Amino acid sequence: MSDTATITASPQGKKRRSWTFTIGAAIVGLHLLIGLMTLIWTPFDPAAMSGGRLEGASLTHLAGTDRLGRDLFSLIMIGSRIALTVGCGAIVIGGLIGITIGLLAAFASRTLDDILAAGLDILIAFPTLLLAMLIVAASDGASLETAIVAIGVANSAIVARLTRILTKRVLSMDYITAARISGTSWIGVVWIHILPNIWPTLLVNLALQFGLAVIAEASLSYLGLGAPPPNASWGRLLQEAQATVYSAPLGAIAPGIALVSLVIGINLLADGLRDLADPTRRSRR
Amino acid sequence: MTDLLKIDGLTIQTGGKSLVADLSLSIAGGERLGLIGESGSGKSLTALAAIGLLPDALKASGSVLLDGKQVVGARDRDLVPLRGTTAATVFQEPLTALDPLVKIGRQVGEAVKRRAKRDGRATDKASIAKEVLALLDQVALPDPQRIIDAWPHEISGGQRQRAAIAMALACKPKLLIADEPTTALDVTTQAEILALLARLVRERDMALLFISHDLPVVAGAVDRVVVMQHGRIVESGPVSDVFRQPHHPYTQSLVAAARAFDDALEIAG
Repeated sequence: MSDTATITASPQGKKRRSWTFTIGAAIVGLHLLIGLMTLIWTPFDPAAMSGGRLEGASLTHLAGTDRLGRDLFSLIMIGSRIALTVGCGAIVIGGLIGITIGLLAAFASRTLDDILAAGLDILIAFPTLLLAMLIVAASDGASLETAIVAIGVANSAIVARLTRILTKRVLSMDYITAARISGTSWIGVVWIHILPNIWPTLLVNLALQFGLAVIAEASLSYLGLGAPPPNASWGRLLQEAQATVYSAPLGAIAPGIALVSLVIGINLLADGLRDLADPTRRSRR
Repeated sequence: MTDLLKIDGLTIQTGGKSLVADLSLSIAGGERLGLIGESGSGKSLTALAAIGLLPDALKASGSVLLDGKQVVGARDRDLVPLRGTTAATVFQEPLTALDPLVKIGRQVGEAVKRRAKRDGRATDKASIAKEVLALLDQVALPDPQRIIDAWPHEISGGQRQRAAIAMALACKPKLLIADEPTTALDVTTQAEILALLARLVRERDMALLFISHDLPVVAGAVDRVVVMQHGRIVESGPVSDVFRQPHHPYTQSLVAAARAFDDALEIAG
């Protein structure tokens, strides 16, 4: 890596990166703001019939009403909160389990590593949604919590496999040997060297998992396995709008736009985050 | 005086194939020993085995006494306290020897802190920072204040190698293992690093195990050499004897090659 290459590459690269980061942060921030706002205020009571059935968009009802006459915009706003809650919960659970198992596998003896790696491959071979459905079905009943745990556990396998590979790569570096020679314990090595080095890649992956978790939550709710009413999940709004999709397409389009915009926003943010977490990609001061 | 490092009948095997066979050597305190051989001859493996850091797939047998303690077959936990205080290593590739995501100051600082903790000295920020600055000064890094705050990718290869040496020195080892420390550097930087190592070893009365494939480099840096080929020692003795009258054909060819290079330089000059 020559210094001139770094210098010439960074100005353009930085411009492009900050652009995706700004847009992503703005979209996610908007969803976050709306989600938080629903804790204290929504335009209409989301459970009350505030207008006629299946109304179109108007100034009173920005996204029209559903077949029960409830204000769709208020429901979609609450959907932001549900989606972000499930997304955050799922990546925290998936991240904690995944990173722990991944590190364990990377440090384990050969036999244990092989067993863990094979187990992870089998888990990954299952579609995330199928796995989450199994977990929800095996628990007492669908709730917001089971959805979070199910999606988190299902995602943890991918995080674990990535952590394992990244850790193994870092472990082969001379600076790990140097740290070991100078008497650093394994825990010190993980804390000082491994986590910071695998973090940028993990962070991007976790952010992508966040987007996938939002989609998985919508899918579970669509199938009736997500958060039960009165939680207004985008997936359930889509499912409810299905029967009337030809007569009142707005009922499906509006939650769809909300879902897609959040996922795109998260992916843009993920791209920008990586550059912030990795000093070698930052431009010189 | 007992030997700091005493290797006796060391054999390293993987899958029935031996990479190092029946190797014996010893280094006394303050002595400088060169280990010469082509790549794949088992030099670096010998160095790793000396501090008990062989990869799991490789099996070592024989005896390695580091500061009087048996390393072969010892548990990793028991070796940790031995490593920092007794031996430290400088690696061939300065880019991978430094963590790219840790600033130089903190990287040297971690090593200083570990040593201070072991010695029961203060580990507060100010005293660590002072020692880091002193170490960077000792390895002749220019503008140490700036280097402390720099990421490894922001400084040159020679400076990185100096920082890596500072990290090794922070451990205050009795034995410094230098595994081809100059191979990745250009010739002028190489000479500077060699002079630096020579000065530090003299000043701190450290023993030096210098590993290289480069005959002239070794000749200037050590008192005694051991020549390895295919995992075996083929010749050993004081530098002057071995280079003046090499007995083994492999050593002869090494010396001849170095001479030919010198002659070529003279003709060109």
